[in-house]
Amino acid sequence: MANPDAYPTTEPLIDLRAITKRYAGVTALDTVDFTVAAGEAVCLAGENGSGKSTLIKIISGVEQHTNGDIYIDGAKVDHNNPRIAAAHGVMVIFQDFSLFPNLQVYENIAYPSQLGAQNRLFDRAAARKMASAILSKIGVDIELDARVESLPVAQKQLVAISRALASQARLIIMDEPTTALTEREVARLLDIIRKLKDDGVAVVFVSHKLAEVLEVSEKVVVLRNGKKVADGDAKDFDTKSLAYHMTGREVAEAAPEPIQAGATTLMQVEGLSKTGVFERVSLELKAGEILGITGLLGSGRTSLAKALFGLVRPDAGTIHFDGGKVPLGDPLAASKVGIGYVPEDRLTEGLFLTQSILRNVAIGRLDNHSKGGLLDMGGLLNEAADWISRLKIKAPDIAAPVQSLSGGNQQRVSLARWLSRAPRVLLLNGPSVGVDVGSKADIHDIIRNLAKNGIGIIMISDDLPELLATCHRFLVMKDGRITDELASASTTEADLARRLAS
Amino acid sequence: MLTGLLPKGFLTRNETLVAGVILAFCVLATLSDPLFFTVTTVSDLLRASIVIGILAIGAMVVLISGGIDVSFTAVAVFAMYLATRIALGVWPDMPWPMIFALAMVAGAGLGAINGLFIAFFKLPTLIVTLGTLSVFRGFLLTFVGSQRISDLPPEMRDFSRGVLARGTTEAGNFYSIPWSILALVAVIVLTWFMLKKTMLGRSIYAIGGSQESARRIGINVQWTQFFIYVYVGALAGLAGIIHGSVGRMADPFSLVGLELSVIAAVVLGGARLIGGYGTITGTLLGVVLIVLVQTNLIVIGIPTIWQSVTIGMLILLGTGVPAYRAKRAAARAG
Amino acid sequence: MSGGPHRAQGFTEAPEFKLLIIAVAVFALMAVLAPERFLSAQNMTSMAFQFPEFAILALAMTITMMTGGIDLSVVGVANFSAVTGALILTTFADPGMGTGGSLMWLSVALLASLAIGAACGLINGTLVAHFGLPPILATLGSGLVFTGFAIAMTGGSAVMGFPDVVAWLGNEQLFGVPVPLILFVILAVLLHILLTRTAFGLRVTMYGANPLAALYAAVDINRMILKVYVIAGMFSSVAGMVIMSRANSAKADYGSSYLLLAVLIAVLGGVNPYGGYGRVIGVILAVLSMQFLSSGLNMLQVSNFARELIWGVLLIFVMIINTHGIPGLKSLKASPSK
Repeated sequence: MANPDAYPTTEPLIDLRAITKRYAGVTALDTVDFTVAAGEAVCLAGENGSGKSTLIKIISGVEQHTNGDIYIDGAKVDHNNPRIAAAHGVMVIFQDFSLFPNLQVYENIAYPSQLGAQNRLFDRAAARKMASAILSKIGVDIELDARVESLPVAQKQLVAISRALASQARLIIMDEPTTALTEREVARLLDIIRKLKDDGVAVVFVSHKLAEVLEVSEKVVVLRNGKKVADGDAKDFDTKSLAYHMTGREVAEAAPEPIQAGATTLMQVEGLSKTGVFERVSLELKAGEILGITGLLGSGRTSLAKALFGLVRPDAGTIHFDGGKVPLGDPLAASKVGIGYVPEDRLTEGLFLTQSILRNVAIGRLDNHSKGGLLDMGGLLNEAADWISRLKIKAPDIAAPVQSLSGGNQQRVSLARWLSRAPRVLLLNGPSVGVDVGSKADIHDIIRNLAKNGIGIIMISDDLPELLATCHRFLVMKDGRITDELASASTTEADLARRLAS
Repeated sequence: MLTGLLPKGFLTRNETLVAGVILAFCVLATLSDPLFFTVTTVSDLLRASIVIGILAIGAMVVLISGGIDVSFTAVAVFAMYLATRIALGVWPDMPWPMIFALAMVAGAGLGAINGLFIAFFKLPTLIVTLGTLSVFRGFLLTFVGSQRISDLPPEMRDFSRGVLARGTTEAGNFYSIPWSILALVAVIVLTWFMLKKTMLGRSIYAIGGSQESARRIGINVQWTQFFIYVYVGALAGLAGIIHGSVGRMADPFSLVGLELSVIAAVVLGGARLIGGYGTITGTLLGVVLIVLVQTNLIVIGIPTIWQSVTIGMLILLGTGVPAYRAKRAAARAG
Repeated sequence: MSGGPHRAQGFTEAPEFKLLIIAVAVFALMAVLAPERFLSAQNMTSMAFQFPEFAILALAMTITMMTGGIDLSVVGVANFSAVTGALILTTFADPGMGTGGSLMWLSVALLASLAIGAACGLINGTLVAHFGLPPILATLGSGLVFTGFAIAMTGGSAVMGFPDVVAWLGNEQLFGVPVPLILFVILAVLLHILLTRTAFGLRVTMYGANPLAALYAAVDINRMILKVYVIAGMFSSVAGMVIMSRANSAKADYGSSYLLLAVLIAVLGGVNPYGGYGRVIGVILAVLSMQFLSSGLNMLQVSNFARELIWGVLLIFVMIINTHGIPGLKSLKASPSK
């Protein structure tokens, strides 16, 4: 591990000057300056597509910059590459951690350093010793012999950090470090970060949500559309100002219209439990109501949403829909009674990327357009085209693969699929993740309109302004339980944030 | 290799299950035929396991890396036949170690062809090796020869006569343990050392665990994959020439068709198709079980014509039970 | 349907166009090399009798590959159902009995073998869908079991001595068209319609493209997988009956080279072995290329073994072109495939 005295903090560890990166005519980064000193923690914030991942790739040598200069330890580096960066102690911890699930903890930690030393033989004893030394140094107790696949997410992250330290990391870049952690785990991560900083290790957090790590950071840099739009002392930023800089506008949307008086109850959930995931969850949803469920990742919010749609089978509890009981753990039965689910991860769970836009919309309606076993292609096409125009999906060709669309349009395709089935309750998990600002507001309009037409909507999100702009009511989840129920009118973002974090 | 006494998850491991089935088989067999458990049976079993064992260890290395190879039987036959032809044509009295080396070099060369397409052209391993299976076999039978050669070089015959131990039991049954068992032992030790002790071996496990992660930490994935197929080719060459020597015939039609049984043995032993898992102990147990079923089914009262059904059932059970358990566990986790 | 990802580009840009060129090129080459024999009516007819049996197995392989699976049990199923049909025929139908009686027993045998095919498919589908076995292992194991049953039922020897009508299925012509070819065309058209014009077929393709998204879209995945393997099993049993009729016997180890051939044809035909793409027209073109090549080589006195060699080379060659494109041959360091 780095010795703090060896690297005087007067000189930045990494100094990027006026870096520009162009890909085939698209400017991903536009004259961005970025410096990190030893022992410093920097937040690099920006929405998807803002250029933050490009910047990381340039620092770690995966991509070459087009213009500008890179200085590492004060010396100019003309052609950065992963080996040069690693030799200077620049380590990236990707969101998936890039660990080996089938190997044991100590091997995951120590193997790359032995690889770097160009050993021929794997020194198991030295690896164990190194791993145990590093784990105890950061004050973590993880069984050295456990296979990484058996560890919870937070421990995997710690293994990844230890691995970076084992390879003499002086700058650790962490991609979305807190998204998968519970509040307690975040606190522990921050403690470890503080220790690392004391040892002279620099840290860069890359995220679109940075409130949690602001307290250990010295500096904040915000990127938008490839340009640096803000940078300064971390003390001068808070969640709201970060959001402002990231999106470039104040988030102010009309609140939803009140629910019609006398609206009937559509869905009633009682005592839904699944051991270790969520416990005794009860809720009620009226026609035309938009109910928000929020909580940190790991709070059980996604598992609950999946359970409502039958993708997760609860151990106990009941779901009633329109008076009738819905069988648990059966997505087909759930979709049949009129429940729809738009999943969180559009790319892996929501869409068939290589398939056409038409097919992506139509998949839910195939049986309704079957005549004597054969599909009525014309009917299918007309219906899908109708939804595409109603949701204002900008598509050059309905037969083009859905992967050719932008994030916002992809999300609308996902929505169109369910809307064409005329659901009565729609579960939306993170409906605007990875969607640009303009599309986001449109999607919120669509959601409010659906509710006006009597559809009950449950929206699962950790985007508080989004929830405030769309929901009538919120439930806050923590450790698998619903801890708060709030009406939208009587809540502010700060209050919600406090309840989430407390 | 043998990991301590009762390590975690011992009872649910494939190795344990397979060992249990082997034990049950032996107990049943001994009950119905008290003469079953004799030195003769064990020596027969060992002899029958040598070629399959070497092939299985090769197949296991490929499975650990996340690939699958179905061409190794064709490689084995090709190398065996080519080495025999060369020896007969160039120097009939060629010493057997040289003939063996020749076969291994030929095997490695054919393995390199697999490696080229898989590592550098990045084609799916199953499709490539299905293709090379027929290429190697077709090339051998068209251009090298399609006649059985029973007049082997004298040194090969000498090799097949060499035994470590032989004798007659008190009951009058003959037994012998041939030299070639040492080849299996050498392959086991070498492969064990490589997989457990060398950086190369660990990178094979790492690639099987996650190819992308392996690339990110700087493992040379392409060359490692290339090496794997060369190594497996060399092992197949060795297995082939042993098969030829012990059988005292260079038969270009033999071995091919055995590949699925060999892979079955490896999978029974706990290697997973997705890569990253596989132990030598498990593989050897799988081989023993398959060989037992192939040679001794009748002893436990199942007629030999049911052999395929039995092996098929074993594969379905041996892979189905862990797969079903994993599916249930995933459903529970939500 | 017009939503097919490749329809929009026109047929000349579709992967099947390359296959058409290959098929025509092989045909032309053989016609030039051996004009008298290759282009003779007799050769055309004999080709039309030869390929349907393995081409039908390739269709069975195609539908399982569309889901990202594979069926290594096709030959096992074919032989198991053929042996079952054959045993029914030899046990109940007397070679000397009248045409009416023989026809009745032939229908019974056909139905029984179709039922066996469906049952085998149901077992495969259950193993894959309900027990979560990887299709390679499930069908590798079940293939051994099915072959094993065929061995156990016959003691490993061939079953023969059928009434004459049985030969009709594999050796006769209807309006000048060989019956096996008619069967193949019917099954190919059926599969094409199934894959492109029915809800089931679209679900198969989309599940192959992204199984997780299919789950989230409330597709009844287990039922769909069961159907896929049942269809593959029934197609295999039809192939089994054609083989039985052409050989005038049934045996547990007939057509053992057909497994490789079926995989090869499906992949050559542009079916993505990871699922999500495949067209029957591609498979047909691949079958034709193989058959032209095969008979042409036969006329040129090339041995069966050399044919095997050429098939393998062709498979790898087509995979390289499909993965990298022709210019891709130069730049090996293309994007990682995993």
